[in-house]
Amino acid sequence: MTNSNQSVLEVRNLSISYGDGDRRNGVVHDVSFSVAAGEVVALVGESGSGKTTTAQSVLGLLAGSGRVDAGSILLNGEDISRWNEKRLRGIRGPVVSLIPQDPSNSLNPVLAVGTQVREILEIHGRLSRKEADRRVIELLTHVGLPEPELRARQYPHELSGGMKQRVLIAIAIALKPALIIADEPTSALDVTVQRRILDLIDDLRREHGTSLLLVTHDLGIAADRSDRLVVLQNGRIQEEGPTPAVLAAPKSAYTRKLLSDAPSLAVKTNRPALDLSKPELVTVTGLTIDFDLPGRQRFRAVDGVSFSVPQGSTHAIVGESGSGKTTTIRAISGFQKASGGGIRIGETDVASLTSGTLRPFRRKVQLVYQNPWGSLDPKQTIFSIVEEPLLNFDPLPKPERASRVEAIIERVGLPTSVLSRLPHALSGGQRQRVAIARALVLEPEVVVLDEAVSALDVTVQAQILSLLGELQRDLGLTYLFVSHDLAVVRQIADTVSVLHNGRQVDYGPVEQIFERPTSDYTRELIEAVPGRKFPHHLHIAAQAAGQVS
Amino acid sequence: MTRYVLSRIGQALLVLWAAFTLSFILLQAMPGDAVLIKFLSPDYGLSPEQIQAIREAYAVDGSLPTQYLRTLVNFLTGNFGYSIQAGVPVSAQLATNLPPTLTLASLGFVAAVTLAVTVAALSALAPFAWLRNLVHSVPSLLISVPVFWLGIMLIQIFSFRLKLVSVINPGPWESLVLPVATLAVPIAAPLAQILIRSIDEIRTRPFIAVAVAKGATQRRILWRHVAGNAILPALTIAGVLFGELIAGAVVTETVFGLNGIGILTEKAVSNQDLSVLQAIVVISAAAFVTINLLVDFLYPILDPRLRTRSGATA
Repeated sequence: MTNSNQSVLEVRNLSISYGDGDRRNGVVHDVSFSVAAGEVVALVGESGSGKTTTAQSVLGLLAGSGRVDAGSILLNGEDISRWNEKRLRGIRGPVVSLIPQDPSNSLNPVLAVGTQVREILEIHGRLSRKEADRRVIELLTHVGLPEPELRARQYPHELSGGMKQRVLIAIAIALKPALIIADEPTSALDVTVQRRILDLIDDLRREHGTSLLLVTHDLGIAADRSDRLVVLQNGRIQEEGPTPAVLAAPKSAYTRKLLSDAPSLAVKTNRPALDLSKPELVTVTGLTIDFDLPGRQRFRAVDGVSFSVPQGSTHAIVGESGSGKTTTIRAISGFQKASGGGIRIGETDVASLTSGTLRPFRRKVQLVYQNPWGSLDPKQTIFSIVEEPLLNFDPLPKPERASRVEAIIERVGLPTSVLSRLPHALSGGQRQRVAIARALVLEPEVVVLDEAVSALDVTVQAQILSLLGELQRDLGLTYLFVSHDLAVVRQIADTVSVLHNGRQVDYGPVEQIFERPTSDYTRELIEAVPGRKFPHHLHIAAQAAGQVS
Repeated sequence: MTRYVLSRIGQALLVLWAAFTLSFILLQAMPGDAVLIKFLSPDYGLSPEQIQAIREAYAVDGSLPTQYLRTLVNFLTGNFGYSIQAGVPVSAQLATNLPPTLTLASLGFVAAVTLAVTVAALSALAPFAWLRNLVHSVPSLLISVPVFWLGIMLIQIFSFRLKLVSVINPGPWESLVLPVATLAVPIAAPLAQILIRSIDEIRTRPFIAVAVAKGATQRRILWRHVAGNAILPALTIAGVLFGELIAGAVVTETVFGLNGIGILTEKAVSNQDLSVLQAIVVISAAAFVTINLLVDFLYPILDPRLRTRSGATA
């Protein structure tokens, strides 16, 4: 069936739409590309580019009303685009398999891990129960899980995110398929885990000569891991070619923009040097936070963290999940009592706040959260979302309130016409601007940005970051910037704390942290950031042209 | 785990005691008592002294605390007192009236669960979209049907029009078909609604896409992956709906003239037969508490995430 010079996957003039009847919405238009045996092809694009839809169609996995309108999908030379479910089931697993995006939700929570690996063998295999069980252990060992016999009996909630992704990889490689589709396989994982998982996928793929279709929004990952790049925008291919060639000399304007907007460690900040004459606004000394566990145990989430932030500067708190970064900023914002140490913001000692003094304190410290979809009430108009903090604090007459709201909305770069809309009518970037406007309307001294740009596409992320920089310069704001993304931190921060398991393993000016880190952990973190094969000349050119803040 | 079981049993006993105490206070607060209602009637022509003697014999006089303690001790030893209206021990009345209700309630529950699961499975697996949509809307229709109306309609249609189930001298099973159906429908409807909703929700989860990518059939996905997760919220509701079952049994028995706890309750209320009412309240509470205790014990068996509740999360 397969002959050696044939592509494993060939997509020809594919068009896909969603919706019903006459109101169908095209999301993929006339897309063609191919994946040769043993090749890694990266489908790159922002949200809404059609990259996930394209990848799903290869498995016949289009969600809901999705339908292939035109074109063909050739797997090993056979067009599967019009196959029925029964025929598709036969190839899912043995010919093409999936490594999903979100390992935490991709395993059935009520079935043991081993059972879920065995299932793919049961569906396609003729193995006896005993042989299948043995093969499960073999597979779990192969993907590098320690104590595979124990893991097989455990349930998903007993494994970490990285371990769950290993289990899902074991399922994907179980029947040695010709093609694996990896849909953002590491976007939900910490950067050090991400690197190990990508290395594992690489090793296994090479071992069996499997082809890989890698769907990702992260250009760093695509640059490091793929042989060829397919760049999608609004469902159309913008550019396609061997990865090094595309990176060295992108032909389309969109690819160039994508590449220059992607944050990169290689770019030095062009932020002005820290003004040491400015007074320190936030001072944290020996902050310790304990949580009670059942059975009289205590868990130390934050252990002796100290830093100080001069007025008008940005301090970044960096760490992976469970590092204590969120707990730290919750304490600074007065949402969490510290067990030890001190926090001072201006004249206020945060630890001594009472319910009476806490409210006036809240207007000095405002928060912007990660998820612009969850942090705005879907039933309130943009106007009332931004107005609400004023109602809570300032008994202003109505016309003055309205003019304050309008002024701040314009200040964050939105037209005043959005004020009458509801959040769902806005894009992710616009919503995050609204969240920033809501935080700024009270004229706070400190703005806490909790992963505030992590959920955004790179081009939108670059816009929001430059807006934040502008607002800081004009209004003299002090930022506490919490992030797991080191490349973003490098761009925006003046000083950095690196947290690991609640301890502060590194602290200092941003240049020092990135160029001369003192701890092994920080070094590991920096090395794990993808994008080593990145075309930094583009960044540097863009920076010279003043496009990157 | 044993600690969890013991503490849940302890809580259940506490709830029972509270139900007993509250119902005792409420019943005592009612004006008049059963002895007065029955024996003040001029048919008996009793003197106030004789009535006082009867009151003492039935132990309805005395201070509230003494009565409370006496009744509590009696209940703990399985002595539910005497029905004043019928003049027989309450336990004897329960012995005749409890079995029909238990049969009705348990058959009704089984029928309700079967019906709910069938409707939910059909709405997920039916071969045509129009059929799936139709089945999808059935529970919201049934949820708004009152029990007494449904009972009367079922008798009208099946007994009088179609003459499928005879009302006069029915066989033991025949006599149960319509009451069980009447009881099952209003319980099956919300249960099916919850099941359908959670099936729809579970089917959008990423682990279902992973199962499809393994090459699993729709049937396998439904029973292997969806069912085990969708049943969890339905289980909680099933426990709560059991209360509905007790209330529904009272109405159903009245409509179909079954000699069960429902009839007994109705009579006891109109006669202020306190011992009977007290016993019924405590037995209903015991049934309710037991069912919910079972639900609580089933949960960790069905959901592995609840088994390691004391484990450290760090």
